[in-house]
Amino acid sequence: MRLSYQILSITLILAFFISQPTFAETNGAALYKENCAVCHGNQGKGGVGVPLALPDFQYAISDQFLERTIRNGRPGRVMPAFKNLSDAQIQAIVRHIRSWAPGKPIRHPSIEVSGDPAKGRNLYAKHCAACHGKNGKGGKGTGVTFSRPRDLPIIAPALNNQGFLYAASDQMIKATLMNGREGTPMVSYLKQGLSEQDINDVVSFIRSFEKQAPARITQEPDHDNLTVAYESPYGMKETIAALKRAIIGENFRIIRIQTLDNGLVKKAKEDHNKIIIYFCNFQLLNNALAVDPRVGLFLPCRITVVKRHGKVMVYALNPKRLSYLFNNDELNKLCDGMSEVYISIIEEATL
Amino acid sequence: MKKFLPFLVLILGLSVSNQSQADDLLMARTNRDFPEAMLKLQDSIRNHGYTVSRVQRVDIGLTHSGYVTDKYRVVFFGKADLVTRLSNNYPQLIPYLPFKIAIFAEGDETLIVAANPLQLTDKAYPELEPVMKKVERDMLEIFQAMRDD
Ligand code: HEC
Ligand code: HEC
Repeated sequence: MRLSYQILSITLILAFFISQPTFAETNGAALYKENCAVCHGNQGKGGVGVPLALPDFQYAISDQFLERTIRNGRPGRVMPAFKNLSDAQIQAIVRHIRSWAPGKPIRHPSIEVSGDPAKGRNLYAKHCAACHGKNGKGGKGTGVTFSRPRDLPIIAPALNNQGFLYAASDQMIKATLMNGREGTPMVSYLKQGLSEQDINDVVSFIRSFEKQAPARITQEPDHDNLTVAYESPYGMKETIAALKRAIIGENFRIIRIQTLDNGLVKKAKEDHNKIIIYFCNFQLLNNALAVDPRVGLFLPCRITVVKRHGKVMVYALNPKRLSYLFNNDELNKLCDGMSEVYISIIEEATL
Repeated sequence: MKKFLPFLVLILGLSVSNQSQADDLLMARTNRDFPEAMLKLQDSIRNHGYTVSRVQRVDIGLTHSGYVTDKYRVVFFGKADLVTRLSNNYPQLIPYLPFKIAIFAEGDETLIVAANPLQLTDKAYPELEPVMKKVERDMLEIFQAMRDD
């Protein structure tokens, strides 16, 4: 009898764990920490991402805006699309975000705003482009400035972004322009002297971005090679010397030359047939970190020279292949440029 | 009861751990400031059986050249035999060895970022997959431990 009770209770416990979405799955705080905190901060104060906790933001947006933003992200503007989260998980995250600003968010009527996009274009150029960029492409970099001073304490989001335009209703955009967001550089344009009709015109102009969507470079990895590899006609020493000259010729500084297994094996055992050259250009470095602080993962620049099977080979990673990791169009451009620099250095040294 | 226990533990384990998805870029934030986070990261890497081979400054020279920036390092790590074996047999992996995790300050908190090592797998070399899966598992644990502070 006792045994069957035990079996019953175990069965019940098992049934609970199998049928229920588990604690970790629908615990909004845990899901937020796992998926969002790295960019938006543990308390929603921002970071690589914009702040989410500000009352003026929270009251002005609907749950649907949050849900759609999480599901679809902002393609090319760092914010990822969370395709793998279930609806229940996304709703749990939204509840967690809402806990920072208790109170009822505004419910915008779903009527479209009607305005004159041509007039809106001029107003946009005058009042908005300085922060949100020409054609709404967003400021340089993203999120809140913590470690590196930039143009603004919070970088203005992209408004021509398909993810934003899909999530935001006309009324939400209008409310943002009417009221501004206290605690951010985004001010109330009613107070700045625009009329409600002016604001409607600007909203119509922003909505018109939907039709002229910039052709997006896909987020998929291009299956270009992971690695750039060249054979050098010279010996190890000569190849390294030629690379050093080419690196300096491209305006970089040599930072360090070491073996591949340096620090992994005893000094005397290091393999001098595998040599890493690290180099860097401060302006490029500073630029890249401002566009996306995460890119330091692939810096400083590096070329590796290896002698294998009697041949001297030169290897570099392929920035073009890696840039998709960051979902950042601005960074893609930098990475394309970097790919060319690597190739031109290596070609010059191995010709 | 005893007989069922391992089974129960297994089910529990499965239901808790299945949340990790194969993300291409691993990222985590910790409440610790930079020096503390750096200590914890290196300990955690060592506890997973790797050697920290070098800590490379990324902000090197930036401040000297008049740029303002916060602390930024890349921590390189590996196992001597693994790095040798991989670099000998799969030269396309050479630029990605040793493995690395970037760590940088954001105010009084710290972020870590790494590329998922599974990206180094290649359909042409199926034997690489279990090797990288193991490295991935270790890295996921290292990242989770940083989040859990
Ligand atoms: C001084 C810089 C600045 C100017 C000028 C400015 N904005 Fe903003 N704007 C911002 C920032 C920063 C944010 C993000 C605020 C936040 O973190 O919530 C923002 C947010 C927005 C949002 C919400 C975006 C989102 O992702 O939720 C809209 C819409 C917007 N601005 C439109 C405009 C328009 C239209 C104008 C011109 C009438 C304008 N802004 C002028 C800086 C600016
Ligand atoms: C890799 C960094 C990153 C991660 C991870 C991330 N975000 Fe974002 N998020 C951003 C950036 C950057 C923006 C602003 C995009 C821009 O500047 O155009 C943003 C914008 C947003 C917005 C729109 C804010 C506004 O003012 O309209 C919301 C809402 C949001 N994120 C929620 C989330 C949630 C919830 C998660 C976790 C499920 C998450 N984000 C994960 C970087 C991130």
